[in-house]
Amino acid sequence: MRINPRLIDKLMRGGLTFQALFTVAILVAIVLIIFVKGFPYVTTEFIFSYPEDMGRLGGIFPFLVSTLFLGVLSIAFATPLGIGTAIYLTEYTKESSLTRCIRFGVESLAGIPSIIYGLFGFIFFVIKLRMGWSLLSGTLTIAIMVLPTIIRTSEEAIKAVPNNLRTVSFSLGATKWETVTRVIIPSAAPGILTGIMLSIGRAVSETAAVIFTMGSSLRLPASIMDSGRTMAVHFYILAREGISLEKAYATALVLIFSILVINILAYYIMHRMIARFS
Amino acid sequence: MNRRLANKENAIRLVLLLFALSSLLFLFIIFIFILSEGVPLFAKVGVKNITMGTRWAPTKGFFGIFPMIVSSFMVTLGALVLGAPLALGCSTYLSEYAGKKTKMVLKPSLELLAGIPSVVYGFLGVVYIVPLIREYLGGSGFSILATSLVLGIMILPTITSISFDALMSVPAAFREGSLAMGATKWQTVYKVVLPAARSGILASFILGMGRAIGETMAVIMVAGNALKIPTSLLDPLRTLTSNIALELAYATGDHRRALFSTGVVLLVIIMSLNLVANFWVKRRVDK
Repeated sequence: MRINPRLIDKLMRGGLTFQALFTVAILVAIVLIIFVKGFPYVTTEFIFSYPEDMGRLGGIFPFLVSTLFLGVLSIAFATPLGIGTAIYLTEYTKESSLTRCIRFGVESLAGIPSIIYGLFGFIFFVIKLRMGWSLLSGTLTIAIMVLPTIIRTSEEAIKAVPNNLRTVSFSLGATKWETVTRVIIPSAAPGILTGIMLSIGRAVSETAAVIFTMGSSLRLPASIMDSGRTMAVHFYILAREGISLEKAYATALVLIFSILVINILAYYIMHRMIARFS
Repeated sequence: MNRRLANKENAIRLVLLLFALSSLLFLFIIFIFILSEGVPLFAKVGVKNITMGTRWAPTKGFFGIFPMIVSSFMVTLGALVLGAPLALGCSTYLSEYAGKKTKMVLKPSLELLAGIPSVVYGFLGVVYIVPLIREYLGGSGFSILATSLVLGIMILPTITSISFDALMSVPAAFREGSLAMGATKWQTVYKVVLPAARSGILASFILGMGRAIGETMAVIMVAGNALKIPTSLLDPLRTLTSNIALELAYATGDHRRALFSTGVVLLVIIMSLNLVANFWVKRRVDK
């Protein structure tokens, strides 16, 4: 018997719609569970007080500060390198075996799993360079880890800058560098900023690469050479060692909330850029 | 242009070139340091005794990671089997069936959800999936099944968003041609659009696999971390990544070197996966 193709068409449409809804539902459920379960425990006191008894009591203030430092400092290292690379690849050179080589390097860095970054940061920064478990070791490791994201997004943003802007700038007698700094970077800024925001998000949510380079000290880091614990690492330790389910949910809520805010901001900026050029 | 300006431009070009080369430099030193710590043990104990050995007792001179290699592949495959069809269905719906408005809402929200930290997936796995398995299927609950489920959910956003891009890059003329010949929507999707996007879809699966096989902390939380080769879906397991993370903090001497050897094996697997994915993506662009 031949089944009516129109019937199959209807069935498949239904099936695919269900799959899409199911996928989104799972992911939304994850966020909702964390928000509902964590909400009662997230108080201003939880955010602004110090942990007591390994995190069983008290708050997450030092972890919030460590997370902020890690995010900001790793971006401070990675951004100049990333934007510089993107400018070189798009404005200062033609496609050649050298650029292919550089692109291969960027792609490979992007594909390396975070635990390998953790191993590398541990042996290189912590042990060989004698930085110990410190904010500095963690920051440098994460900076290398997020570099490919910044390079890619900046490259795409710079490529999207209309060519006539360059032509006009050159015809007014501007040098290449003047064109880059005064015309191209300002026009590509929103796209570049998107990449930076996404990278901060990755730094904030990372665990494996951070725990072996920054350590997991409960104290507020007093300097860049001190160990510190990020919110993601704290959450991992709370959950893995079964220290406190309530505090784990609460920490996860603050963590997810920060990441969602960072990512939403990134998409908002990207959207404005797309609107500007089309 | 006067000479001073030209010199300045050349200096800038040079600095930017150095910046661009930094990525290659980082890749190089990462490889050098992982290899220089990990390879000596291969020379000392033998590649076969490490990659094919089944006993891991690093303080007693046994460095077999074969069970972990097997476990890593099993959970990755499990994640793919559970996650890939769902993700592909989702991306097909988004690119072929969804209206513009739905697309505008669903695509960015999926990408936002890709930002959920992996430890959160692991945590919810421990709280919800592990007890469910323990209660209804038996065993401790910490198992291949639990790990595959957690990883399968974790790779949903990755596969969906990359295969969506592959589907969107199929020219509209393909669809119009098929529909004009009287094919139904589903016939068009199944016989024209999906085959045309095949290589991009495969690449998305491989990148999803890369994410699953590289995941560490979420896996530690739900896998049970036992050292045997798992023989059933309900057996606990230890992957290559968790082996490193579980022991690195206190390992010394040959034990620590063995963890770097584990890293070398992981790196080889990941690099091969990436090469295959790149090959597929490139072929799609060339076509």
